[in-house]
Amino acid sequence: MGTLCGSRLSELFGSLGSFFRKCMFCILSMGPIPNHFAFIMDGNRRYGKKEKMEEGAGHRAGFSVLMSMLKYCYELGVTHVTIYAFSIENFKRKPDEVQNLMDLILEKIDGLLKEESLVNKYGIRVYFIGNLKLLSEPVRVASEKVMKATANNTKCVLLICIAYTSCDEIVQAVHESCKNKWEEIQPCNSHKSCNGRIEEVDGKNIDDGIGHSVQELSGVQANDLRATRASTFCNDVAQGVESTDNGSGVVGHDAVHGSCDKWGEVQSLEASITGDGVIPYVKREKLAVNPSILKVVDIERHMYMSVAPNPDVLIRSSGETRLSNFLLWQTSNCLLYSPNALWPDMRLWHLVWAVLDFQRNHSYFEKKRKQF
Amino acid sequence: MQLPEGLRRESMPRHVAVIMDGNSRWARQRGLLTPSGHEAGLRSMKEFIKLCLQWGIKVVTVFAFSIDNWTRPKEEVDIVMTLIENLLKSGLDDFIREGTRVSIIGDTSRVPESLQRTICEIQEMTRENSKFHFIMAISYSGTYDLVEACKSVAQKVRDGVIQVEEINESVVQHELETKCSEFPCPDLLIRTSGEVRISNFLLWQSAYSELFFAKALWPDFGKNDFVEALASYQQRQRRYGSRYA
Repeated sequence: MGTLCGSRLSELFGSLGSFFRKCMFCILSMGPIPNHFAFIMDGNRRYGKKEKMEEGAGHRAGFSVLMSMLKYCYELGVTHVTIYAFSIENFKRKPDEVQNLMDLILEKIDGLLKEESLVNKYGIRVYFIGNLKLLSEPVRVASEKVMKATANNTKCVLLICIAYTSCDEIVQAVHESCKNKWEEIQPCNSHKSCNGRIEEVDGKNIDDGIGHSVQELSGVQANDLRATRASTFCNDVAQGVESTDNGSGVVGHDAVHGSCDKWGEVQSLEASITGDGVIPYVKREKLAVNPSILKVVDIERHMYMSVAPNPDVLIRSSGETRLSNFLLWQTSNCLLYSPNALWPDMRLWHLVWAVLDFQRNHSYFEKKRKQF
Repeated sequence: MQLPEGLRRESMPRHVAVIMDGNSRWARQRGLLTPSGHEAGLRSMKEFIKLCLQWGIKVVTVFAFSIDNWTRPKEEVDIVMTLIENLLKSGLDDFIREGTRVSIIGDTSRVPESLQRTICEIQEMTRENSKFHFIMAISYSGTYDLVEACKSVAQKVRDGVIQVEEINESVVQHELETKCSEFPCPDLLIRTSGEVRISNFLLWQSAYSELFFAKALWPDFGKNDFVEALASYQQRQRRYGSRYA
């Protein structure tokens, strides 16, 4: 009887709590709500020590709080939440701790697919963001399974940064950008005929006079493949890539021997005809203005986080005020909030405070958004 | 040189970066025009540099003018450019005497030509100095810095200097504008005026920087505020994700 009463009372308080929370969210929603929250869940180990818990228990307590925070965010109407689950730097911790964390992560990833999970309740699409090759196979396989299973969810998004650092993300983005450029010129093979087809062509008029230098690199004469690659690469990525249709439906492109100089006078070129798939050389008279070998969009397109808009608010718990290699690119104009509470001590009112802070700064954010 | 009470010499940051925010608000609060705020900000910066020199900090980077600031009214921009040029010209003798190396980072192709010439001259004339490094970010943003670095890396790949597979964090870091410094990453990054964001300053370089957000407007940021920031820095445990707390 006592237990039944206790349980009913608990339900009643839970419902009342939920009701008040919804009222509060209604009031908050009269102002702008952040689209995207990011969390650095710092302080689990310190919490475990403070509460004299056994090894690893702090992380479990932190996970419960994470579930609550996610629930509050999605109820409030936040569409994207990103969490810093595991940094590449964390691999340097004691092997036991790393293993415990990976076991916990695997357990929780599997739990995401359960019927009663938050993911299903709120229609969340899950992304695992990071250098997933660094993860053990069970964790990687489980994360890929979740991403596939939730790919059709459209209501909101959860981005779990795991085996992640911002610096690694940027390096990978540069890798991919460079590799893509190389792949586009792969088919262009030495002095043999080459279909100079390129996929993306800037339709600038050839008479605009954007040109490239044609200096032959010393030592490159025997390496036609390298020269052609370099030239096509140069042309492909430079601003105002010229295109010529040579009448046979082949889109050729200007090519130069050797590399493009950023600055320099352009020499006239002679066409080199090698049968089908001519790469026509076109005379140029003006010089190239600092060819844009890579652009911001190239890098951003290859970032792991390109699947989401930039965060509006970044919350780091436990009072530490540093970014720890988390979303450096994406948080350049983001509001930072660092409450003193350890992550397992974080509560609803911390989130509410962050939203109010965001609303106070909203006009600044709008200005930034319009600028970019 | 004697440190203020409470500060430990062995825990002083090597590189301090500052987002000098609040000049305009300072002027508005006093019923003055914005240029007065920037002049007061300049005085504050000179005092700040002096303290850094005295207290043995090796590198200071100041966010003098962001790429975003080009959208401000032309009159204000012109005044800021003039103030910067005058600072560099008038400070040259002191920089040389004190052994200060001056470097400018940012897209300086956009600044007036006379300032471009002054920048070249001061960087050249102080290149060999090694006691203290003063880095001024003019027409700079972290995104710009990263994109330019990535372009340089891509250029090297294209030229066959490195292979795609060889691109790593060290390669990228060595192409950033802060490559001019032995310590490119700030240990402590201070932002004044109470705004709590990085505003596109040293993005890559501040991955593990301790951030300190001071409420004072930049022209009011004095010795006591700086001591408070340094004391806060010295209390922090820097774990870089790996060491036990």
